[in-house]
Amino acid sequence: MFGRKRAPVEMIYRHTLATRLTHWTNALAILVLLTSGLQIFNAHPALYWGEASRFADPWVAMVAAEQGGQFVGLTRIGDAVFDTTGVLGFSGEVRGFPAWATLPSYRSLADGRRWHFFFAWVFVINLAIYLAAGLISGHLRRDLLPERDQLGPRHILHEIANHARLRFPRGHEARRYNLIQKVTYLVVIFVVLPLMLLTGLSMSPAFGAVGYGLIELLGGRQSARTLHFISASLIALFVLVHVAMVVAAGAWNNIRAMVTGRFAIERKAA
Amino acid sequence: MSSIHRRGWLTGAAASAAGFMLTACDRLTQSAGVQAALASAEGLTQRTQRALIPRAALAPEFGPEDISPDFRANGTRNPQDPAYVALRDSGFAGYRLVVDGLVDRPLGLSLAELRALPARSQITRHDCVEGWSSIGKWTGARLSAVLQSAGLKAEARFIVFHCADKLEPTADESGRYYESIDLDDAFHEQTILAYDMNDAPLPVPHGAPVRLRVERQLGYKHAKYVMRIEAVDSLSGLGRGKGGFWEDRGYEWYAGI
Repeated sequence: MFGRKRAPVEMIYRHTLATRLTHWTNALAILVLLTSGLQIFNAHPALYWGEASRFADPWVAMVAAEQGGQFVGLTRIGDAVFDTTGVLGFSGEVRGFPAWATLPSYRSLADGRRWHFFFAWVFVINLAIYLAAGLISGHLRRDLLPERDQLGPRHILHEIANHARLRFPRGHEARRYNLIQKVTYLVVIFVVLPLMLLTGLSMSPAFGAVGYGLIELLGGRQSARTLHFISASLIALFVLVHVAMVVAAGAWNNIRAMVTGRFAIERKAA
Repeated sequence: MSSIHRRGWLTGAAASAAGFMLTACDRLTQSAGVQAALASAEGLTQRTQRALIPRAALAPEFGPEDISPDFRANGTRNPQDPAYVALRDSGFAGYRLVVDGLVDRPLGLSLAELRALPARSQITRHDCVEGWSSIGKWTGARLSAVLQSAGLKAEARFIVFHCADKLEPTADESGRYYESIDLDDAFHEQTILAYDMNDAPLPVPHGAPVRLRVERQLGYKHAKYVMRIEAVDSLSGLGRGKGGFWEDRGYEWYAGI
């Protein structure tokens, strides 16, 4: 543009077709699983630790109560109680999460379960394809495993400082993910997503006949349900930060890269 | 233009887009084609679990110390059917469990006769489709023993449980509770017709005098107030044809997950 010096731009091929297809399939599956999961949660909006439910002593509970002729929504976490009227416990009707957060928006455990278990299969098969493709192509090792020079303390501190100021790398450093990105992606792909699957399976009464060791390891069926909810919350948090970072680092460039594979990097002035 | 649009066009647009999305998702959910596509996952889940879980594998069992003091009673808690009320008031003295359908010798078992059959006790976890769990001790006649004494015909494929309670108040029989299982579950070691809960006669809220326990599936499969057991070759002639009260209302027939 006139009047503004632009750094020379180089187009690189960042994402393979397999990564792009599995990314968007996963995005759709996660969106459906989160919203239908909240629909299922609403059938009994309380969480417990252990094998069975102790109904009088939940760890988390969303309830509606009447105060001065008006309904309020209350959310209990441990011993603390919060007024969450309009969002949790009561949002025009007695329900855990509000209509705008659930699939479908109206109350239907049966419909929520249909969406959830169909897209659970989509999620699992898609994750398996991504991991297989990532191993074969070397994507996991090449792009996600931190490189030796990224693990030095000086480099790490430098990166955290830059990240906190939303200063994004250019030149050579823009060709690869930074350490914070790599660690986040590795934790999501190898810890949080598999934990979703394992805690979900642990709630299946049939699975208990062969996989009780896993349920026991998680602390019992109700603990597995609570951990399922917590790791789902971590995924929701990851998605929020991920989308915010995409916007901050250049929405157009990043989204184009995940659609066409092509990513523009600015060359550093020599 | 309304004031909300003048003040925050973006907020208004976002809210409209969200509202549109919600309506679109609800429309999708209610479309028959989408329902059929989503329901196809049930078959995949059933086939996968049946392939990977040995037919005889037992659901986990617990110790007496694990028994829930607050075992929740769900669904019907006190049937109002006059025939059931009369039975209950007589202490179930006149109760006869009818076993018929595709069997060689139809039966009418009293509670004493049921208690004389080979029995099993188990402390198991009851998982409600709503998400909660309670642990209880169940004692009852092995369903396999009942079916063997009636002599199951070769063409029988499902066992249907007809219950005394109407969970949906209807003038006709369409609101009556019923359930069905296949022969894999019917002959499973832990599948029993429970007459005792926690070492006492089964209480009315939990299905007195007899309820089904089918431990590798969700709570709604565990039919309460069982009056009649029918062996059939197809589920299509019962209720709305899906094999159970909740199945007829959109829930999965295979409730292993």
